[in-house]
Amino acid sequence: MRSALLALVVLMAGAIAATAETRTSARELLPPELQAQQADDDANPGMLWVTSGQQLWSMPAGANAKSCSECHGDATTSMRGIAARYPAIDAKSGRLMNLEQRINNCRTANMAAAALPYEGEDLLALTAYVAHQSRGLPVSVRIDNAAAPHFEAGRRFYFERQGQLNVSCSQCHDDNVGRRLRGDRISSGLPTAWPAYRLDWQKMGSLHRRLRACSLGVRAEQLDFGSPEYVNLELYLAGRADGHLVETPGLRK
Amino acid sequence: MRGASQGWRAGLIGLAFCFVPPALATEVRIATFEAVGDAIPAPLDGLAGDSTRGQKLVRDRETGNCLICHQAPVANEPFQGDLAPSLAGVGGRLSVGQLRLRLVDQSKLNPATLMPAYHRVDGLTRVAARYRNRPVFSAQEIEDVVAWLATLKE
Ligand code: HEC
Ligand code: HEC
Repeated sequence: MRSALLALVVLMAGAIAATAETRTSARELLPPELQAQQADDDANPGMLWVTSGQQLWSMPAGANAKSCSECHGDATTSMRGIAARYPAIDAKSGRLMNLEQRINNCRTANMAAAALPYEGEDLLALTAYVAHQSRGLPVSVRIDNAAAPHFEAGRRFYFERQGQLNVSCSQCHDDNVGRRLRGDRISSGLPTAWPAYRLDWQKMGSLHRRLRACSLGVRAEQLDFGSPEYVNLELYLAGRADGHLVETPGLRK
Repeated sequence: MRGASQGWRAGLIGLAFCFVPPALATEVRIATFEAVGDAIPAPLDGLAGDSTRGQKLVRDRETGNCLICHQAPVANEPFQGDLAPSLAGVGGRLSVGQLRLRLVDQSKLNPATLMPAYHRVDGLTRVAARYRNRPVFSAQEIEDVVAWLATLKE
């Protein structure tokens, strides 16, 4: 019964063209057994990173031997809803920061600790742990005031045809949602599941790693992890996902 | 037809190029061609195509990778895309010259097309270094793929 219902939902998701109101998470396009696996914390492999992030949260680091928990206390309350508002402008520097950069900013500025390498296990774990505290909450980023030019730059990037194959993000993630690119069904390209465990990688990866894969797909330049262009794009994707629920840790093919 | 009266040669004339990494600095020239209506009637550089090579290029994920978007009647290809019209019967629907133009640069017919231009290097943005200033297909490869597509009569 339940799986029949899931199958129906999958079929419908494929048939409906995406509009601002009906964007499709890649989760809805997964086979029912993978959807069930993402939903089951005991079976979702991304939870291993969440658990290791939980340990890092209270582990002292840096010259001051402080931990995240010393300033922020219990993450299940203090971090609830935070990831749903990122990327966000940092009031002190005026810079747009995503969650990874915010975490590293806390390390360097407040803990006198070294920044963690992007895509390293520790930063993935901490990011996943913090983002997980927003699971089930609606994305709601600010795109006004100081964030507005970043959102606009991200929007332009999203609609610009690029790479040797000359295809824009929008041509796949707006115009062809539910259709098949080889064996993959194309979703609306929401950023809500990340960091996510990708079966193709056999591990957790950041949103920027996913974006680099899409760039490579159209034979475009892969930008650096944490590059301003990808952070702007991330803000656009988050603004476009307004109201969609955070899924971290997602499970993806 | 948009291109008909202009006969757009569109500046696609033999390019020497600078930024290709040495390992990939093969000579890949853009052939001069003339469109008549929605077709390029003459083979690029007067070359003859080989349909066996053409089918290989269509399947190859590193080059043509056509089946990422299209379906085609080829054996042992379980994962075919459905973003584009099926190629089954395309050789019956379109003339060789029409096929050639659609491969060289479909955007001449439909500026908003999803279909990449396979023999063009100008007007592209943020191309990865290893592909910069190289068309996806050489003139010979265009002719090979056209030759294979022309065999798809039903
Ligand atoms: C040629 C098609 C294509 C293009 C162009 C493309 N993508 Fe993707 N993208 C995919 C496929 C296929 C997947 C994996 C299935 C899915 O989630 O849609 C994917 C996944 C994603 C995801 C993960 C969604 C999730 O829930 O896991 C995001 C985010 C994304 N793309 C954003 C982008 C952005 C931004 C661009 C432009 C820089 C882009 N994509 C360009 C095909 C494309
Ligand atoms: C990223 C997607 C994509 C890829 C890759 C692609 N195509 Fe297409 N192709 C399309 C779309 C979409 C159309 C429909 C025409 C349009 O939208 O302008 C099309 C149209 C065509 C047509 C005309 C079909 C008709 O019935 O009128 C031919 C022929 C064709 N493609 C051949 C190829 C070949 C051969 C390759 C690989 C060398 C290829 N395509 C790669 C998307 C693609």
